[in-house]
Amino acid sequence: MIKDQYILGIETSCDETAASIVKNGQEIISNVVASQIESHKRFGGVVPEIASRHHVEQITIVIEEALKQAGMTPQDIDAVAVTEGPGLVGALLIGINAAKAFAFAHGLPLVGVHHIAGHIYANGLVQKMEFPLLALVVSGGHTELVLMKEDGIFELIGETRDDAAGEAYDKVARVLNLPYPGGPHIDKLANESDEALQFPRAWLEEGSYDFSFSGLKSAVINYQHNAEQRGEKINPNHLAAGFQQSVVEVLTAKTVRAAREFNVKQVIAAGGVAANKGLRSSLEEAFTKENIPFYVPPIKLCTDNAAMIAAAGNSKFSAGHRSNMSMNGRPGLELNSWN
Amino acid sequence: MIWLGIDTSHTPLAVAIVKDEQVLASFQSSMKITHSIGTMPAIEELMAKANIKPNEIDAIAVAKGPGSYTGVRIGVTIGKTLAWTLNVPIYSVSSLHSLAENAPYFQGVVCSIMDARRGNVFAGIYSNGEVVKEAHMSLVDLLTTLDNLEQPVLFVGLDVSIHWEQIKEVLGDKVQRVNAAFDLPNAAVLIEMAKKMEPSEVHTVVPEYLRITEAEANWMKEQKKNGN
Ligand SMILES: [Zn+2]
Repeated sequence: MIKDQYILGIETSCDETAASIVKNGQEIISNVVASQIESHKRFGGVVPEIASRHHVEQITIVIEEALKQAGMTPQDIDAVAVTEGPGLVGALLIGINAAKAFAFAHGLPLVGVHHIAGHIYANGLVQKMEFPLLALVVSGGHTELVLMKEDGIFELIGETRDDAAGEAYDKVARVLNLPYPGGPHIDKLANESDEALQFPRAWLEEGSYDFSFSGLKSAVINYQHNAEQRGEKINPNHLAAGFQQSVVEVLTAKTVRAAREFNVKQVIAAGGVAANKGLRSSLEEAFTKENIPFYVPPIKLCTDNAAMIAAAGNSKFSAGHRSNMSMNGRPGLELNSWN
Repeated sequence: MIWLGIDTSHTPLAVAIVKDEQVLASFQSSMKITHSIGTMPAIEELMAKANIKPNEIDAIAVAKGPGSYTGVRIGVTIGKTLAWTLNVPIYSVSSLHSLAENAPYFQGVVCSIMDARRGNVFAGIYSNGEVVKEAHMSLVDLLTTLDNLEQPVLFVGLDVSIHWEQIKEVLGDKVQRVNAAFDLPNAAVLIEMAKKMEPSEVHTVVPEYLRITEAEANWMKEQKKNGN
């Protein structure tokens, strides 16, 4: 019998301080997230220095809570996995240095994990990942199509050339004077709307799996601006619906095309924007038609958490990877295969 | 009683292991190596050389700042994580005060500084080992304050070099600086200071920034402007 493997995951790449213990990369034993959203709200976005300050306040509390909820001691842990990048460098450094200190104190191996790999492996906590697998990763910082032919093998087939989808959502939300974070508000307005304005779709060159949202964002902002100049009142629901339709249509169409081309066994959505109802139902509908299994993890595994880092860390650790005490935060870290 | 001391509050790195009244090992460097890369390996190496295992540590002293925001956070994070998970007391010590304690026998005022850019410094003023002032202030204000004390002043710190001409100009014959050997933080000094302090509750240990963030300052300005 193979011994069970327990990984302590730590994630501090943006504005959530998180720690979690995961068994065999599949079973969440504990999952603790301290969110900072409330403190960044008044600034209309994440302020990196404030995020870093909160991480220092929270980090030992959160790790302690993860162990406590699991009823475990450091002696029960097999390895420590931590987000190495990408993310806000000052924020990353708190999780990394806490992970290093914890690993050193107990003589545990350490594994640095890519944040996006984490988002993808969040799915492994819900059902078995089947390869080849296509992942659509959409969040405030990312819009990426990742093809995984096998466990631990990543191929970036498409990414945004300008704004991330979540970023565009936040900017449009600001135009509509919606509170931060704007994504869920736009999603709600759009779903309540009976009508949608028409905005452009950025398909880019034929065959490209890349995305672009800055043109759409500008079109929305211009529309609002022009209406204002003419003294007209716009219907925010129609605008939100038009914007969301444009984003969702492009994301869905490119994901479907990639799923066909690479003949994947499974399609998964990951990242904070995967919680968006409009996107979710569009993808569900499309892949039901395609007859390809499509999954989105529950919301608390879509947004940043440490269980996903522990899950990815489990795979990377099992593949023999180890980081050392000189690990640094890498804000621009690329998603490299580990198998 | 085995102590581990860590100071990453500015460019230099200082780590030390003290056993009772003896400094077993001490490391100081002023090379510009990111603390995130350099600190844990330095601790690991020093402990290996001193033949001390992590679970043999009895107490931790950490420099709480002020200094570089990111730098001080790295030391504090490492210090509090180790203290919490090894279940040993943590002592958080002012990085400026520790630096000033490099010159403990000076008859007069000891002033430690770290450059904070745009003509500003983090400055500590001490007399007979007691704190007179620790603040983020303009160098001009600092020099005026020191001038008014009408006492001999001894400057300590790597960044004294950046401002030495201006310091000399204002304080003239009253001012001296320590030699290069004492300009770097010394974690053994940090530990000696910690020995005289009360420990902190580990989860509450945070850096002493001495400054709010720019975003908060701007937000407060906005609030005032809008009459809130
Ligand atoms: Zn994320």
